[in-house]
Amino acid sequence: MTDKTERKAWMGLLARAPADDLDRLWSEAGLAPDYAYLRPPEVGGVMVRGRAGATGAPFNLGEMTVTRCAVRLADGTVGHGYVQGRGKRHATQAALVDALMQGGTKDTARAVVLTPLQEAEDARCTARAARAAATKVDFFTMMRGED
Amino acid sequence: MYVAVKGGERAIDNAHAWLAEERRGDTSVAELGVAQIREQLSLAVNRVMAEGSLYDPDLAALAIKQARGDLIEAIFLIRAYRTTLPRFGASHPVETSAMRCDRRISATFKDAPGGQVLGPTFDYTHRLLDFKLAAEGEVADAPEAPPQPGPTPHIMGYLNREGLIEDEAPSDATPPDLTREPMELPADRALRLQALTRGDEGFILSLAYSTQRGYARNHAFVGELRIGAVSVEMDIPELGFAIELGEITLTECETINQFKGSKTEPPQFTRGYGLVFGQTERKAIAMALVDRALRWKELGEEDQGAPAQDEEFVLMHADNIQATGFLEHIKLPHYVDFQSELELVRKLRCEAEGSTRWEAAE
Repeated sequence: MTDKTERKAWMGLLARAPADDLDRLWSEAGLAPDYAYLRPPEVGGVMVRGRAGATGAPFNLGEMTVTRCAVRLADGTVGHGYVQGRGKRHATQAALVDALMQGGTKDTARAVVLTPLQEAEDARCTARAARAAATKVDFFTMMRGED
Repeated sequence: MYVAVKGGERAIDNAHAWLAEERRGDTSVAELGVAQIREQLSLAVNRVMAEGSLYDPDLAALAIKQARGDLIEAIFLIRAYRTTLPRFGASHPVETSAMRCDRRISATFKDAPGGQVLGPTFDYTHRLLDFKLAAEGEVADAPEAPPQPGPTPHIMGYLNREGLIEDEAPSDATPPDLTREPMELPADRALRLQALTRGDEGFILSLAYSTQRGYARNHAFVGELRIGAVSVEMDIPELGFAIELGEITLTECETINQFKGSKTEPPQFTRGYGLVFGQTERKAIAMALVDRALRWKELGEEDQGAPAQDEEFVLMHADNIQATGFLEHIKLPHYVDFQSELELVRKLRCEAEGSTRWEAAE
């Protein structure tokens, strides 16, 4: 069985990925395994919670859209997709990658789908963080009253 | 009084056809795409998500287009759509301490660890119309600097080490959900926070302003304001563990408020809290002020009879969809209602005139 932490990481990556990026990588990869839906793609809502004062009791902040589905490959491997937004194709592709990552095609799936997705996400995050860092205030003292 | 009547179908259909034409406007001007609204009117999109209580930028952008830019109408559309969604579950409470901050400022600590990061703010702009935006043109890339490693710690954590600020009692209680059960008063803080975060920005802003002007003044300092992305995790029963479902942008405001102390508590600072979908800092700050005002009872403060302290007044009037629904229904046909009022007034008038004549005759 695959390491749970590792699976959490790739499912999260697939959930956060822009649907168009995953779609492009998936079609280019040409993996196209045979599969059947255990649960056809379904759009729903998840109630997002926060905590009072960031650390106190939970409260309901509002919902977000999520699409989920489950697939079974010809060899019996089951893959789950839970993705942000209303993308049925996105959820299906996420479930298929999840299934492939549990079998013999793991290395290929990682190389052609997950690694490029991770690199794109890292680049997006770094670009925002770098812009934020450029807006950090450097204070300098002009005059001190009590001196 | 309600009476079923028929008629007006053709007028209604034609009105809606004209609405569609007016929505499109002058066809010699390029049509606005939903993606353009999402990318270029993103603060309107954020407000619709926050008050529509559904995080989905594409849907919010579509709603704004459909509503011709009427944000309350757009929020109405999102609320209506939201009710059609099956609920998959509830997330773990988001970890705002792990937020990837675009903006993070403190009005109380100049040298807060992590620094004052302004982010893409309107603050310090001159509020002069920029006519360059009226012409098409390229935008220069924003400057970059080496990113700060690791998450930015919450400033409240530092005050808390000295015990100068009240503790938030840790809890994992399941919060009440006003979208599932009717709101019951008195409400606990969790229910109040839910009502405030989806409440009308204008209403919450005005209430917060009223506290600043002295109606239940609570001397708020913005201890910290942060905007950025947090991940949302949920337990998946079929997997037996939690996974990340995505990432959302939030605005969080923590206020530090004065407190004299009570019989049980030493003098210390107290807290107000705002957490709102999207980049929505006016709303988050206002929410924190109103949250703090509503906490008067649990902090053993005096009831000044101020509107912002009145839980029922605040919570029952904060929702702009409830408000607009009730307000706008009075423009719909009330012919029979009015007919009975008309007859009543005529009768009263008749009686009054009758008695006047009688008095005159006396």
